[in-house]
Amino acid sequence: MSRSEMTVNGRTGGRRRGRRGRRESMVGEAEFSSYYGRPVVKEPTWAPLDIAGYLFLGGLAGASSALAAGAELSARPGLARPLKLGAAGAISLSLLALVHDLGRPARFLNMLRVFKPTSPMSVGVWILTAYAPAAGAAALDELVPLGRLRPLGKLGTAGAALLGPAVASYTAVLISDTATPAWHEGHREMPFVFVGSAASAAAGLGLLGAPLAENAPARRLAVIGALAELAAVRLLERRVGIVAETYHRGRAGVLMRAAEALSLLGVAGAIRGGHRSRLAAALSGAALLAASACARFGIFEAGRASARDPKYTVKPQRERLRDEQP
Amino acid sequence: MSPPSLLSSVRGHGDPAGDTGYAEHPPRMGFFTDTSLCIGCKACEVACKEWNRVPEDGLNFTGMSFDNTEGLSADTWRHVAFIEQRKPIAGSEANFQHTSANVIDLGLAPAPGTAPPAGTELDSDFRWLMASDVCKHCTDAACLDVCPTGALFRTEFGTVVVQEDICNGCGYCVPACPYGVIGKREEDGRVWKCTLCYDRLGQGQEPACAKACPTNSIQFGELDELRERASGRVEQLQQAGVLDARLYGHDPHDGVGGDGAFFLLLDEPEVYGLPPDPVATTRDLPRMWRNAAIAAVGLLGAVGASFAGHR
Repeated sequence: MSRSEMTVNGRTGGRRRGRRGRRESMVGEAEFSSYYGRPVVKEPTWAPLDIAGYLFLGGLAGASSALAAGAELSARPGLARPLKLGAAGAISLSLLALVHDLGRPARFLNMLRVFKPTSPMSVGVWILTAYAPAAGAAALDELVPLGRLRPLGKLGTAGAALLGPAVASYTAVLISDTATPAWHEGHREMPFVFVGSAASAAAGLGLLGAPLAENAPARRLAVIGALAELAAVRLLERRVGIVAETYHRGRAGVLMRAAEALSLLGVAGAIRGGHRSRLAAALSGAALLAASACARFGIFEAGRASARDPKYTVKPQRERLRDEQP
Repeated sequence: MSPPSLLSSVRGHGDPAGDTGYAEHPPRMGFFTDTSLCIGCKACEVACKEWNRVPEDGLNFTGMSFDNTEGLSADTWRHVAFIEQRKPIAGSEANFQHTSANVIDLGLAPAPGTAPPAGTELDSDFRWLMASDVCKHCTDAACLDVCPTGALFRTEFGTVVVQEDICNGCGYCVPACPYGVIGKREEDGRVWKCTLCYDRLGQGQEPACAKACPTNSIQFGELDELRERASGRVEQLQQAGVLDARLYGHDPHDGVGGDGAFFLLLDEPEVYGLPPDPVATTRDLPRMWRNAAIAAVGLLGAVGASFAGHR
């Protein structure tokens, strides 16, 4: 029996709206079966503002801590300061968002009763447990004279710089380690998308907050981060097959296109005017921050859309079965 | 590598309870749901709700045949699917073209006094597939793997159960399940799913759904014995000409290491809303961690590189 000829219940394509009219427009798309077009896997119950927001803020914090340490080592206090403060602020908001998203926020501490390497959320909680105090100490060092406790501030800066990249990249595993097609199918590329996005966000924060004389590293990181993210997204979209549609359509499509445009705008601004105009640097920085946020919300929405339509679950699995049994 | 008791998905095996660390444990128990015997009475749905005190979750009209339950969720632990096809029930030919197997227009609820035109719905080439879906209690359970609190655990019977006093409603298990089984009860904040009646098993009783099933479509027992029985049944049906009969979730070498609750189906799994080739997402986890580590080091490197050069 030819799979492409299979239709059951007339719900080919898995869409309930206008399914009769769609039949013709689906020429060229192999058809598939589903149970009344209902999803096979469940959409994440996570609130976009909490969790996509956390993906953005966590990345921003993690990469900012690394950039801040570099700024401190290279005697750029004007660059280090906004990055340290931004990292502490972003990770504080992240923790609030994570607890807020729980169905039982009062039971947050149940996360700390186990350590499970099979659960990226468990690993992430432990990374945050180490990172957040370090980022806090680094920021405190900027805000108040710590006196004899000064070494703690330095230790915080160093610790946050080393743990920050883990904070920025583990969240890719967090969302990829699901049955959500747009996320899981992209699990190879997602960490690179995420650290690229985090780097350009941190660079954006640096451009926004640092004096012109000190922002050169932020400008360079903006270019590296944005290009890495762009390349990783392209690779992901090529490798995930049909699921790539979810990154191009609907709300996710709008957000992903906005992310790309803002990112290119931010990089161009940073290269052209970031070294001579405070306004150009600030605007470029804001564009990069917005680009990173758009990308995270876009990826989040693509995941939701891919879970809603059984096509993205059934078709890749069918293709896999067909490839395994020639 | 990580402690073996935690990496259930990374290994292939047939004894999840033993691998979890139970030194002595009863045999692995499970369900064999033979959908060729299902009459769609939904006694399983009712018995499950009653026994487990699962709350009411909306009395909807879906228009999906006789299925207003819609699917498994936090508040539906057994779900009977109804599929109407233009296809003979027995003696089905193997190479049947599904193109013509569309849903029958039932012309629901004709106005009083108007009988449907004679012959329109009395097509002999009509079959009604009914199937009672349930949590698969996977050998490699992604929900259990990703749970960050340990609320989800493996019982001595090899089943997967949520501890409601531990779950903090993080919701990670919900998108992790390759079958879309487990769900979050919004007003409660926690996740819920079939426990394979863990309380009844402890008392030597069979689960409520199996107990209530009037046709023995839902069969409960030792998994090894059920698998044997199922392969005999599928052979019997094939010989009787039901060439569509096939087992689903019985194979310990599939993407979830085999289901603790498996099925005999009369069509492709996706027709019933089941994934054709489910894989526990945690199988790819080692590679994901590796790439995340490479990316993290890359980020450090990129930051370092951005300090090279003047100014």
